[in-house]
Amino acid sequence: MPDGNFRLPRFSSRCLPVWQRNAQVWIKLSGPSLVGNFGEPLFYLLALGYGLGSFIGEVDGLPYIVFLATGIVCSSAMNTATFECLYSAYTRMKVQETWAAMMAAPLNLDDIVLGEVLWAGTKSLISATAILLVASLLGLVHGWQAVGVLPVAFLLGCCFGAMALVVTAISPSYDFFLYYFTLVITPMFLLSGVFFPLDSVPEMVQVGVQLLPLYHIVEVVRPLMTGRPLEGVFGHLLVPLLYGLAAIWLALGLLRRRLLI
Amino acid sequence: MPDFVVNARNLRKIYAGEVVVDDIQLNIRRGECFGLLGPNGAGKTTTLRMLLGLTPPDGGELNVLGFEIPRQARQMHARMGLVPQGDNLDPDFSVAQNLRTYARYFGIPRSELDQRLPQLLAFASLEHKADAGISTLSGGMKRRLTMARALVNDPELVVLDEPTTGLDPQARQLIWQRLRELLAQGKSLILTTHYMDEAQRLCDRLAIMDNGHILVEESPAELICQHIEPQVIEVFGPGVEQWGVDCGRNLAQRLEQVGETLFCYAEDEQPVLASLHQFPQLQFIHRRANLEDVFLKLTGKELRDA
Repeated sequence: MPDGNFRLPRFSSRCLPVWQRNAQVWIKLSGPSLVGNFGEPLFYLLALGYGLGSFIGEVDGLPYIVFLATGIVCSSAMNTATFECLYSAYTRMKVQETWAAMMAAPLNLDDIVLGEVLWAGTKSLISATAILLVASLLGLVHGWQAVGVLPVAFLLGCCFGAMALVVTAISPSYDFFLYYFTLVITPMFLLSGVFFPLDSVPEMVQVGVQLLPLYHIVEVVRPLMTGRPLEGVFGHLLVPLLYGLAAIWLALGLLRRRLLI
Repeated sequence: MPDFVVNARNLRKIYAGEVVVDDIQLNIRRGECFGLLGPNGAGKTTTLRMLLGLTPPDGGELNVLGFEIPRQARQMHARMGLVPQGDNLDPDFSVAQNLRTYARYFGIPRSELDQRLPQLLAFASLEHKADAGISTLSGGMKRRLTMARALVNDPELVVLDEPTTGLDPQARQLIWQRLRELLAQGKSLILTTHYMDEAQRLCDRLAIMDNGHILVEESPAELICQHIEPQVIEVFGPGVEQWGVDCGRNLAQRLEQVGETLFCYAEDEQPVLASLHQFPQLQFIHRRANLEDVFLKLTGKELRDA
């Protein structure tokens, strides 16, 4: 029997109230959230950038703290979106039943999934804005073309938000998320060129990392922040875009199977 | 305007090879309060979820408010309100913000909702709590707010899944009063409940389900009249079994032992009461037959743990 749950998503502007609801909750609780958005990257940059950087010197022709700042914009945005669509989305689905309340109104799962994904993109955008501000105050950003990082961070957030929703859709509990963090997010975080250039790892690993979205985002964000020429932007952005679209389709199918029974 | 808010024909649902809703027919009239009763595992929740378009049926035809379900569930939801079993209010928002946020899900403009907000708060008796957080509300207040939330779109049909479960008697009275107001406004109600007094009090008609079937569909008065003797005497105390064998079974039309209580169902209570007065060690309660007696007769008295 063909599974009708995996039919293509049907998107509309009905996703906006879902996004708006999440945004309003965030505004209410934005104090601790913003401290995290500014504080964590700041301490990373100070400790690793200056501390470790004084031993390392230059990496890839850049002072280590600059190299690191360009990577941390990406990894923080990834973590923000991932957390949002794992723990927070799971809470809205299972604990608070926010989604059930929405589905009794004229909203369906298609709207909810798209709203959540756009919200994850927005949270990544907020995170990237905070780090760009910190980095530019520390004098680590080269020129106004760095603003181009913001739409890229939004795309990154949507991509990782959608991927996290796939995990949420099949998760029996919060504990299950550790698998995804340990087996997917952490290796990507460590190997995608955030802390050191990709060419310092074995070729097999390089090929694997290039199949994953974070590396390609870093490859676009680094030249945007350092004023270097952009190369192969289209190809690099295509990877997270495809991951994001495929993950939206898969997450929606799995959620329909889980919730519309 | 159609006469029915729900038309279900041969509605069926199968989970893992087991038929949980078995070709049921359901016609719910506009403007009535319709009750869906049944023990745990009878198929009520599945039926309700199918009516709401949240569970796709495995067979049959279903029409709610003139819309084909589940295909046109979105259009139907715009004209329906749901009060779910667990309160799923937004805990991070105040009372008024909950109503505003929910109205946005329906695409209701803010100005329009602001006009209706005092009315909705009054319905929930929460006028003085508009800015209060959800965690500061009592169970009854939360349930009333959930009911007000279901009315943001001024629905034609309101569906309530066990609206008074877990509430204290005062809170239940207020909910019943509010449900009557909705009926007086011409809205149609569908409710599930485990409280037979609630169903008897509120419902114009009700269906009792068990094992995926609708056993009966009638007004409460008709059900009592058709399915059960009018007088009930509950007898308990030492020697109740012996009294039943010696006297009770000759005097009442029907006897049923549940736990330590013997239920005597009779057309005429006088001979039974006269006999009981000769057995001072036995205690008894005489009352008129009610919906609970019908429910227990039709669905059996064993415990359902499903």
